Amino acid sequence: MKFLKIQTRYIPLMATAAVFALLYIIGLSSFSNFGSLGVFVNLFGDNAFLGIAAIGATFVILSGGIDLSVGSVIAFTSILIASLLDKGFDPGTAISISLLFGICFGASMGCLIHFFELPPFLVTLAGMFFARGLGFLIHPQSLGIKHPFFLNTVGDSLPVKLSNGVEIPFTASCFIAALILALIIAHMTGFGRNVYAIGGNEQAAKLMGVRIGATKIMIYTLAGFFSALAGVVFTLYMQSGNPSSCVGLELDAIAAVVIGGTLLSGGVGYLAGTLLGVLVLGLIQTLITFHGDLNTWWTKIVIGVLVLVFILLQNLVTKMTKKRIKST
Amino acid sequence: MGKTVELLEAKGIVKTFPGVKALSGVDFSVSAGEVHALMGENGAGKSTLVKIITGVYRKDAGEIIFNGKSISPGSTLEAEQCGISTVYQEVNLVPELSVAENICLGRQPKKLGFISWGGVRKRAVEALKRLELDIDVSKNLSYYSIAIQQLIAIARALDIDSKLLILDEPTSSLDEKEVAELFKMLKKLRGQGLGIVFITHFLDQVYQISDRITILRDGGKVGTFEAARLPRLEMVGRMIGKDPEQVKSMEKKREIRKVAGKEFLKAEGIGRKGMLFPMALEIREGEIIGLAGLLGSGRSETARMLFGVDPSDSGKLSIGGADTDISSPKKAVKNGIAMTAEDRKVTGIISDLTIRENIVLALQARAGAFRTYTLKEQYALADKFIKALGIKTPDADQLIKNLSGGNQQKALLARWLAMEPRLFMLDEPTRGIDVGAKAEIEKVMDELCEKGMALLFISSEMEEVSRNCDRVMVLRDRRKIGEISGEDISLQAIMKMIAE
Repeated sequence: MKFLKIQTRYIPLMATAAVFALLYIIGLSSFSNFGSLGVFVNLFGDNAFLGIAAIGATFVILSGGIDLSVGSVIAFTSILIASLLDKGFDPGTAISISLLFGICFGASMGCLIHFFELPPFLVTLAGMFFARGLGFLIHPQSLGIKHPFFLNTVGDSLPVKLSNGVEIPFTASCFIAALILALIIAHMTGFGRNVYAIGGNEQAAKLMGVRIGATKIMIYTLAGFFSALAGVVFTLYMQSGNPSSCVGLELDAIAAVVIGGTLLSGGVGYLAGTLLGVLVLGLIQTLITFHGDLNTWWTKIVIGVLVLVFILLQNLVTKMTKKRIKST
Repeated sequence: MGKTVELLEAKGIVKTFPGVKALSGVDFSVSAGEVHALMGENGAGKSTLVKIITGVYRKDAGEIIFNGKSISPGSTLEAEQCGISTVYQEVNLVPELSVAENICLGRQPKKLGFISWGGVRKRAVEALKRLELDIDVSKNLSYYSIAIQQLIAIARALDIDSKLLILDEPTSSLDEKEVAELFKMLKKLRGQGLGIVFITHFLDQVYQISDRITILRDGGKVGTFEAARLPRLEMVGRMIGKDPEQVKSMEKKREIRKVAGKEFLKAEGIGRKGMLFPMALEIREGEIIGLAGLLGSGRSETARMLFGVDPSDSGKLSIGGADTDISSPKKAVKNGIAMTAEDRKVTGIISDLTIRENIVLALQARAGAFRTYTLKEQYALADKFIKALGIKTPDADQLIKNLSGGNQQKALLARWLAMEPRLFMLDEPTRGIDVGAKAEIEKVMDELCEKGMALLFISSEMEEVSRNCDRVMVLRDRRKIGEISGEDISLQAIMKMIAE
């Protein structure tokens, strides 16, 4: 029994892994070339921007907050880069400017949330409308990118080529790099642990000497950075900027985080879970693409069901934990 | 403790919250190597004083000298850096983090700027060793019992180089054995030269462990006493604002009523885990029973239990001889029990309705939405009570917020009286109203009793309890400790019982 007891907190994580495995097995048994390394690698490449956005969302949700501005910031970043390139800026400058924008944008929302004690839901809702409108202000429709760095370099020389001819796309590398960075922040720095502490019990964290304000502002700054980074990766992936893209992407990101086992109330969760959550969403998409006849809206239906199942599961685990505490 | 140099010296501390003066010029000092108890009823200012010393609140005036230096901590962190650490009443740690993390949060050992998890665990184990606690620090905090969590909180507090340890009601969730363990630990720490401030409302524990006692009342300091030279009776008296001479001179002037009513409610062993220890009680028709005790002793809790707000989870209860259980206020009302709660502004009156509407409210609630009371019926009812209780108002259509406190209280009584209860529980019915209005309420209570209604009267003014009641149940530390009845009732008798 002792073994089982220790594992309670990992149950949602293991459930996500099980769902992933199940979907993968379904894919393997239904389609002959589903198991190829290329399919697996593309899972990372195609979902890189969602994954990076979900990483940012994980920090916010771990702290007990929410960020609704993700999709809008991605769209804004993409059109910003596209129009900067159009005006003759070099890619490095354009990307740096857009990352800087994300950082400032997130920091401002964090400041509003902390100094005026406003609910994150409302502040980031305002941020969502603001960034979306700002994107249309820069350029009202889709804008293609003709810069050789985007058209050739990213596709030709940046991917990591494996010996068997499979290429790891640059977007996938970005995703993995972002994940490693996030893992270090979450588990190896005082800031990361403070995020968990605030989400677990803000009052206690305050009395334990955690600087709540600074940490909260930092969390939304970090989320803004990851949103902008997701925007950069999205632009690399689409090779164009579009102010009307990624509407509602923040909800996909939140779904991935929840399916990954992070509690919406904060304090409990893992980035590894978020990775699995993103891969599960990607896998569903891939399965439907492979099938060919199914309407892609089925993706949404399956995600809806999964989110519901995972919320119920978390509820159950929380209750089990409480029961165990009572009995000891 | 002699005339050693004080470790902490707070002088003239003033703190005002909007509308309330929480502390008015309090002096408080602690020397190294002593356990100093901070006593007072709820709202006396203990927690506010502690929170100023630990940087949670900012003081409005006064000075704090700690270890020879004037300090003014602006956050818990700053106070900790000075060497002042605190363990709060509720375990203020993060349940879903590991024990090791909880001990080291905010001060994790680092290597090259990154957290060294090995170092974190080692430091946690060492901190726990000081308390002779050997547990698996990698488990979540929530894995352990509240008592262990409390010790972990102390370990965290001692992990920094603290010179002053403040314990705010650390024992309220511990059982006797755990308290003994804690005290053993505190004595050891005292021996190591630590200054310890100990806040509790358990009188026994104060005498077990403290060297000195400081008593606060209504935001002011009553005095600091050597524990060995402060008799219990005197301490209780000072906590409720009476000095020993006053207690002796205060004698009740009240004729003894003949109580011959038949039994209405009888209970045995009813209690509620974590709220009230099991108790027996009996209530007869036509008598006024008082609940006496210090704030936090379980007075309101008893009424709430009998009214089914926080129903009992043990024992048995009978009403009019028939076994029953009161598991909800609805059931209580059905059994003829009514209650007015402590704070009439919050839980009682609806200030923007008229007197008539306020009086009809409970009646309507009981009858259901489909039984309509005609306006004529409503006015008849309202006028009847306005007259019977002497509510001073031009007419029944006045908004209740325009009435004085005493008259609001009467309107509130009328609301419940309209239901003709057989047992009426009044929690602090006289709080915040003037002397004249008090006398009128007391007269109304007497009249109700004459008619055979049973009353349960709660007041923090002990002389009110001793003046009005036929029988007094005395509570201490959430336990019924005895009963006094008839001619034996006096302020002194009640206080003596609490102090013993």
